[in-house]
Amino acid sequence: MRLVFTEEQEELRRSVRRLLEKTSASRELRQVIDSDLGYDPEVWALMADQMGLQGLAIPEEFGGSGYGWMEQVAVLEEMGAVLLCSPYFASVILSATMLLSIDDPEARRDLLPGIAGGQSIATVAFTEDDGRWHDAPIRTTARPGDGVWCLDGHKTYVLDGMTANLILVVAATPGGASLFAVDARSPGLVRTPLETLDQTRRLARLELRGTPARLIGAEGAAKAALARTLDLACMAIAAEQVGGAQRCLDMSVEYAKTRVQFGQPIGTFQVIKHKCADMLLEVESARSAAYYAGWAAGEDPEALPAAASLAKAYCSRAYCHVAAENIQIHGGIGFTWEHDAHLYFKRAKASELLFGDAGEHRELLADRLGIESLRLGGGRIDA
Amino acid sequence: MGNSVHPDTDESAIVDAAIAKLLQAHPPARTETQELLGAVFDSGLAWIHFPVGIGGLGLSTVLHQYVYSSLTAAGVPDYISETPIGYGMAGPTIAEHGTEAQIAHHLRRIFTGEFVWCQLFSEPGAGSDLASLSTRAVPTGDGWLVNGQKVWTTLGHLAQYGLLVARTDPDALKHQGLTYFLLDMTLPGVEVRPLRQMSGDAEFNEVYLSDVLVPDSARIGGVGEGWGVAMTTLANERLVLGATTPRHGGAIDEALALWSAREDKTSAAARVLRDRLLDLWIRDDVAWLTGARAAQRRESGPGPEGSVSKIARSSINQQTYELCADLRGAASLIYSAAAALDGTAQPGYMFLRSRAQSIEGGSSEVLRDVVAHRVLGLPPSHRPDKGIPWNEVPRS
Repeated sequence: MRLVFTEEQEELRRSVRRLLEKTSASRELRQVIDSDLGYDPEVWALMADQMGLQGLAIPEEFGGSGYGWMEQVAVLEEMGAVLLCSPYFASVILSATMLLSIDDPEARRDLLPGIAGGQSIATVAFTEDDGRWHDAPIRTTARPGDGVWCLDGHKTYVLDGMTANLILVVAATPGGASLFAVDARSPGLVRTPLETLDQTRRLARLELRGTPARLIGAEGAAKAALARTLDLACMAIAAEQVGGAQRCLDMSVEYAKTRVQFGQPIGTFQVIKHKCADMLLEVESARSAAYYAGWAAGEDPEALPAAASLAKAYCSRAYCHVAAENIQIHGGIGFTWEHDAHLYFKRAKASELLFGDAGEHRELLADRLGIESLRLGGGRIDA
Repeated sequence: MGNSVHPDTDESAIVDAAIAKLLQAHPPARTETQELLGAVFDSGLAWIHFPVGIGGLGLSTVLHQYVYSSLTAAGVPDYISETPIGYGMAGPTIAEHGTEAQIAHHLRRIFTGEFVWCQLFSEPGAGSDLASLSTRAVPTGDGWLVNGQKVWTTLGHLAQYGLLVARTDPDALKHQGLTYFLLDMTLPGVEVRPLRQMSGDAEFNEVYLSDVLVPDSARIGGVGEGWGVAMTTLANERLVLGATTPRHGGAIDEALALWSAREDKTSAAARVLRDRLLDLWIRDDVAWLTGARAAQRRESGPGPEGSVSKIARSSINQQTYELCADLRGAASLIYSAAAALDGTAQPGYMFLRSRAQSIEGGSSEVLRDVVAHRVLGLPPSHRPDKGIPWNEVPRS
């Protein structure tokens, strides 16, 4: 197991950090939050053209660079650190993974190069009004029409559903949960933006009324593909959470060094020091969990489901805790709209709730390992 | 220890060759223990990062764990668990600060377990604030006259030697008036008394030093330089601590066994226990992963993972052993302190013993201060003992 980065991976991380520092710092973040689009197309283009970030982990035969998941972890950590508002997660993590998890070479050839090059923005629409992420009943239906399929139903909490031009919809056919590609301009598709807790990640609700769609893979193939995509999404969001949590710690430490009360920097008080030390403990622990999941994604696919749940459960709580402490250490200013602390706090909670919260992933972990067999020697996880 | 480099194939090749040669010349199954351990020392596999000739191969510490696991797996006695203080603390301290005579006299015997060591640092009045210690060493014609009391001395009743820090200059600043000795525990005036702890057993000792005449040849490092030598000792504790619980082992394994054996797994009360178990299972595994990551990073110098590991680990252990007590339910009402004193294993022992884990080897509060200063760079707190001689510092 390898939980540290190579020099090349660190160099990639530094390049991403430089790009984001230049283009997506706090001031730009505020502008993007208030914009109609919800992301900066210029930054999106820079990410694609200068650095090839959208195609990083997509195989070369589909227009990507074919790197591994640890590279993706490093990139997502940096994006999480600046709360990057971008359809990157929806398009690259969710959609590309979904397409790569389903056996349909033609669809991959048609759809992946656009995602890899950044010309296409895709998302996956799978959640419905019950808000369930795992093994949810799918009420959206697909029926074969005249050469195309027609979808009826609704999807919600769709990441970047307003900006995506390609929407991969999970719908039920007699063959089971199946995946469909829907062009965002299709007739019968009504998209409504949702007003979100987290101002840095946009969500939409989709109504499908006889919307024409293309079946991807076989009927019934979406269930397994979605499960794998969710595992990788949990791993990926854990990496984002680590980046965000580290930034909260950095903000707190910086403030504790400069904010003077009672004639001394508040960082001289042990209560503040110990809070910061505990935050560091949470961040470093979260980092270990996220890197382990990233490693498993590439090198130990059998361990991935459990590792992903471990990371999602741990990193979610760690980020929420650290983001809350960041507000507390900043005192009054930390509660204001103008300070960034609340943006991290909201992002922390929202990213815990996305794809299943910590409690849900604790249960999933128990299921995935079989808690009775977790004992040393009898377990399925091993070092 | 800070000079470790990236483990290259050369290091692996050197180590593998040395192990193969050793095991061939001295098959563990057919070699007497002292002789076998002596051969390990002579082949440079005792402490691979020590210089050649004194138990080492002049390599980095990166392969330390690998060598230890390889040798013990091949049947070499567990030289770390058998002599934790000698191996982990005395050896590295003597190798770094000792005279040639001290190195020649001690190192091989430490490794073979011929000399058992104890550590004489903590005192009743100097716990977290170790540098405030009061045991005095006064120069006499032939050496030093030592008086004082030490406490929490593991293996004190068995040790031939002790790592002693004593105050030689009470008028100096507290870190500057200390001197370090390799104390012969058989000298007249050294009295070891067992110290009974809350778990009922007496794992530690108190050591009373009354007019102990210590020759100057037992001094290691310069007069007044004891603090620096003591830092070497403490920094090397990690080399021992690094070689502990396997993944999913220890406390969490016990908790899972208790859960598995439980009949009621579905009542509301059981579900609460189960969620605690899952939460602790995750925290335990994450702490293990952090340890693994720290070991992989050690090539580039110790990172924050190592500093925070102990805070996390002690808290997880305490909560897990408390969960074990809850999983046993009413049966946890029964505990025999007398049996503990006899050394009889019993359920509930670790529930009590684990309370020391957040105190011994640096309390969690002191470690948080250390992390805040050294890792996060937060400013130091107000310290009334700073900049004044030891004998003017208020003490309880």
